[in-house]
Amino acid sequence: MKKLKSPGELAALQAEIRAGRDPKKPCITICAGTGCLAYGTQKIIECFRQEIDKQHLQDRVQLRTSGCHGFCERGPMVVIHPQKIFYQRIKAEDVPDIISKTVLAGEIIDRLSYVDPATKQKIVYEHDVPFYKRQTRYVLGMNGDIDPACIDDYLAIGGYSGLSKALSGMKPEAVIEEVKKANLRGRGGGGFPTGWKWESTRKAAGEPKYIICNADEGDPGAYMDRSLLEGNPHLVLEGMLIGAYAIGSSQGYIYVRNEYPLAVHNITLAIEKAREVGLLGENILGSGFSFDIKINRGGGAFVCGESSALFASIEGRSGEPRAKYVHATDQGLYNKPTNLNNVETWGNVPLIINRGADWYASIGTANSTGTKIFSLVGKINNTGLVEVPMGITLREIVYDIGGGIPNGRKFKAVQTGGPSGGCIPEQFLDMPVDFDELAKIGSMMGSGGMIVMDDRTCMVDVANYFLKFLEEESCGKCTPCREGVLQMRLILDRICEGQGKEEDINTLEWMGQAIIDGSLCALGGSAPNPVLTTIKYFRDEYEAHIKHKKCPAGVCKALITYSVDAEKCTGCHACARVCPTQAATGEKKKTHVVDLGKCIKCGACFEACKFDAIKIL
Amino acid sequence: MSDTVTLKINGRTITASAGSTLLAAAQSANIYIPNLCSNEELTPYGACRLCMVEIAHGKRTRMVASCIYEVAEGLEVQTVTERILNVRKLVIELLLARNPYHPRLLKISHELGVQASRFKEDVKGCILCGQCVRTCREVVGVAAIGFKGRGRTRTVATPFDKAPADCIACGSCAYICPVKVIPLEDKNNVRTIWKTEFPMAVCKKCGRPFAPEKQLAYFRKIANLPENHFDTCIQCR
Repeated sequence: MKKLKSPGELAALQAEIRAGRDPKKPCITICAGTGCLAYGTQKIIECFRQEIDKQHLQDRVQLRTSGCHGFCERGPMVVIHPQKIFYQRIKAEDVPDIISKTVLAGEIIDRLSYVDPATKQKIVYEHDVPFYKRQTRYVLGMNGDIDPACIDDYLAIGGYSGLSKALSGMKPEAVIEEVKKANLRGRGGGGFPTGWKWESTRKAAGEPKYIICNADEGDPGAYMDRSLLEGNPHLVLEGMLIGAYAIGSSQGYIYVRNEYPLAVHNITLAIEKAREVGLLGENILGSGFSFDIKINRGGGAFVCGESSALFASIEGRSGEPRAKYVHATDQGLYNKPTNLNNVETWGNVPLIINRGADWYASIGTANSTGTKIFSLVGKINNTGLVEVPMGITLREIVYDIGGGIPNGRKFKAVQTGGPSGGCIPEQFLDMPVDFDELAKIGSMMGSGGMIVMDDRTCMVDVANYFLKFLEEESCGKCTPCREGVLQMRLILDRICEGQGKEEDINTLEWMGQAIIDGSLCALGGSAPNPVLTTIKYFRDEYEAHIKHKKCPAGVCKALITYSVDAEKCTGCHACARVCPTQAATGEKKKTHVVDLGKCIKCGACFEACKFDAIKIL
Repeated sequence: MSDTVTLKINGRTITASAGSTLLAAAQSANIYIPNLCSNEELTPYGACRLCMVEIAHGKRTRMVASCIYEVAEGLEVQTVTERILNVRKLVIELLLARNPYHPRLLKISHELGVQASRFKEDVKGCILCGQCVRTCREVVGVAAIGFKGRGRTRTVATPFDKAPADCIACGSCAYICPVKVIPLEDKNNVRTIWKTEFPMAVCKKCGRPFAPEKQLAYFRKIANLPENHFDTCIQCR
């Protein structure tokens, strides 16, 4: 492909691509995000290819494999453009029908349509699905229109126009001013104003200046950055290009986890394509601005998402944080001025430049503008990625978009901000979700993980889980984090085993504050949060474990026993069939019993009983 | 930039040379701040967190490690507040769970009024202050040892836990260790350190072993000295 030498040539290429495409031509878009691939989408893609070949439809039908659409709960899924007919949970056998009936004859296949569980109504089009309808998908929404391996797809929807606009009429300072005016805040966790960071790096003494994209997403249950990098890598590149121009950097890095092979693959491909057309490299669009990007693959240490550890890792040293009394904007990578932003932050930049700061700032709340992508996981009906305007309430996310809690169970808490965030109880469901409100109640935005818990979740056990994760991910350099988190976890272990002591809650609270105050980096500085927030909001559960040796949620094995409610037991024998140790026994049609001597508390009988006859005590 | 800065520590006005750490400034003014990983010969590290102090930051205060934080004009520092003492007490209790014996740790815990650690003991001896690793790399210049593992599995180790190829058996690591947990033994003209035996050079005059051969060879190499330079021990020279 010919290298683009001016903004005019870019616009001409975009127009040429658009002109060559028939907007009425059916396009089958298959979600090939990591979630859907895990469902077996690759096989379905092959079936579509074969079927299109078999029916000689190569010229009449387009097949597009896109990144994540977000509604992971319902994968594998396809969206048939231009009408955007939405089919979910499809199988390879459905492929011939989809082509013959829907694509060629315009028929809707009822069995593949989504049925809204709330209204029992069949929903034909993607934009009518409640899960999508209540979202504001400015960033993630593009995924559905793009094959990440195809730069033309991105150019066709106006890709790189933001870069072109910045390079052709805006001074670097004006770009920074625009980002400042938009009030974009870092999506990686800290929520630091992006424009200010860019300005500090631009003004800092020292050359060269580096910019870095932090794609070391590692929170359990979070995959926003992964899906953006996999699904729309050019958006992230464009954001970095605009940032590099504004800051005055000619070298960028993308630090991405090696456990994200598809993201690594797609971003590598995107960089190659961008170089080919002259959107990366020397004298970009004839502006005199030069910039290129290297990819650094992380080795899977959570702490490497911390800026100073990330720099150490790129420099080839072990990923350990150092004290940040000098800002990275002054001395970061190789001790040079460095601007580090998260994937999603970079992904928001082209929007701001394209549509303007005023438009951007009109979304969300005064101090938290724009949208935020959350990965909504845990005990929730609609597991997936959701993009919502800042300031939306937790209730809207959990119930209107997420479809509520499965099996009619009761909402208990939602953990935001990843392992170092906090557990938010029901009383705050109507609180607006933004950077400042979450901080007020002891949690944080973090990078956008949102784990929903129901009444069968033990909060002591949850705190213990997150602490264990952080204990393993602590680099071990400073004492409070390495030893303190370990000792907190040992205390929680004891509590869960029924060995809790009266003073444990106070000790945990005291340790938690000292660890926050004393740790070297933000990992230790926020590690006690899950414990402190669960003590704050679910103290009674801790007390039940410690004083009464009971686990109210029925999770901690040492504190529960199973028994049969004689009035409810119908003698169906279901419990006895699943019991792996023959502890649940009884004659058919007579009340069964659980022999506690043999019971290993696996809970299989509890799950199997359809009559609520197995009780956890 | 002037060569000195004036700051306040615990209300006292102190002059310190620009670029020095708060810990150094406090020490030169005879203000005691406990510390374990700091050593003026080594790069500041900030790992043990005993030397935490509170600095005024507008209306709010901020906790910083005094061994890394540099002095600044007009800075107001407190070295003993409840918040600081809580961190120090936690740190010493946590370290006592790794090493309940060493007098240096017991002295600090005594100063802080900590009777005993309430945490589960897992005696490892080493407190991971990293002085040995930094000494080997920065002072000796060979980097024969380093950290291995992360989190609670972190240890000081030789590469691949094998006989350290770059070690010159100088023993600086064992010497600098604040809790003396690196074994070093000189016996039968052999020094054993890091589970590796190093032959000692024998004085050509008095016949006594006086230094590891590898260390002498290393000195000759970096100082460009003749082959016979260390034929005799320091007493016979």
